[in-house]
Amino acid sequence: MQEKAKILDKEGVERIILRIAHEILEKNKGTNGLALVGIRNRGAYLAKRLAEAIKKIENEKVLVGILDITLYRDDLTLISQQPVVHKTEIDFDITGKNVVLVDDVLYTGRTIRASLDALIDLGRPKTIQLAVLVDRGHRELPIRADYAGKNIPTSQNETVEVRLSETDGKDEVVIVEK
Amino acid sequence: MNWTRKDLLGLEELTKEEIEFIISTAESFKEVQTREIKKVPALRGKTVVNLFYEPSTRTRVSFEVAAKRLSADVINIATETSSVKKGETLIDTGLNIQALKADVIVVRHNYSGAAVMLAKHLDISIVNAGDGWHEHPTQALLDILTLKEKLGRVSGLNVSIVGDIAHSRVARSNIWGLTKLGANVTVCAPAMLVPPAIEKLGVRVAKNIDDALRQADAVNVLRMQFERDDENAFPKQLDYFKNFGITKERLLKAKKNIVVMHPGPLNRGIEMSSDVADGPNSVILEQVTNGIAVRMAVLFLVAQARDNSDQEKL
Repeated sequence: MQEKAKILDKEGVERIILRIAHEILEKNKGTNGLALVGIRNRGAYLAKRLAEAIKKIENEKVLVGILDITLYRDDLTLISQQPVVHKTEIDFDITGKNVVLVDDVLYTGRTIRASLDALIDLGRPKTIQLAVLVDRGHRELPIRADYAGKNIPTSQNETVEVRLSETDGKDEVVIVEK
Repeated sequence: MNWTRKDLLGLEELTKEEIEFIISTAESFKEVQTREIKKVPALRGKTVVNLFYEPSTRTRVSFEVAAKRLSADVINIATETSSVKKGETLIDTGLNIQALKADVIVVRHNYSGAAVMLAKHLDISIVNAGDGWHEHPTQALLDILTLKEKLGRVSGLNVSIVGDIAHSRVARSNIWGLTKLGANVTVCAPAMLVPPAIEKLGVRVAKNIDDALRQADAVNVLRMQFERDDENAFPKQLDYFKNFGITKERLLKAKKNIVVMHPGPLNRGIEMSSDVADGPNSVILEQVTNGIAVRMAVLFLVAQARDNSDQEKL
């Protein structure tokens, strides 16, 4: 594993979150009926940050939830390290809401596929939208982001690592070669 | 922690970390029970066979509900109506179930060590749902989860187990689990139902029921299995209630918030009075609810571990 390039620093991450917050508000015409649902692990922290940014812009609180998709993964039998099952924490009814799913990296699309299944088991949202910090391409399913912080063309022997202060001590996005 | 066991046979062989890992996984599964759709696709395409050589309703139903909420297919084999009646051995029955390409066998058997023996002979996952006087690990795990929820921790708690300790797999699994997690365990039973040298497991033997209750943060009241009293060694039912029954009066001398547990089925007026069973200290029905989450966690973990070990063989 070798760090190849630093794509975003702390300020870069902050600016993207602020921009996506504006875009979400523009598309949904405010916070009415809006809910942010972060996908564990880093998506959950990004959703919280987006909610804070929205609060600063509109002075309105927006609903935030956390989705754990472990039980919905299609690769449970393929990964050698057994994933730890965490709680889903969505303490509001998602039926009729405009739900914005939030994740750090959009890659094959399989995490989002699992998230859609998990979310729909909880209710019937009016719309489901997708916000990601980084879109690195190589989709295996017909899925796209409504809000993408940065498009980073990558090769498949690279990985994009999003580091956040809550989980990794600092905010940055780097490309790592396997 | 990475869970690697394809079987759950007892708590004796588990480390403290493994027990805590099952409990924390079960806590995540509790959330699934609060949803309108109480079902997740984690074990879709897997088959769980409940193989019960002893009558059981609540444990079997609990495992069945847990497996179904994980989207597994469930087959129940009651041995009274199966080829066991025709003389088939346990291992042959197990091999046949394995040949059907089942993924997990949940086994309840009246012989201690039955689950261990099946696990030795089969490649598929074995979950012990009670073997003789040996262990009943999922019951102890759900007791531990309930304690942790009610009292916020397990380490340092004083837990008393009251009843037929000698013949109880629930007691044995609880003793292993609780002592590994750092609880202080006291047992209390009629003298002939205290196994010799039980102190070697790290438990204290109470002098009488009041002694067992005085310092207890929780009391786990075992069922008196009068139907198993072949040697006529048990006290008479009324005598038992008089000397060991949990009553409102006895609880007045205990800690105010003492947690009262019972694995069921409950004999009202023998092990405890109805006002205790239905009273504010009782968590008996919460134990039943927690049983589903614990069994979902166990089935999920063992089935995944087996898939992963198959991967490594390839």
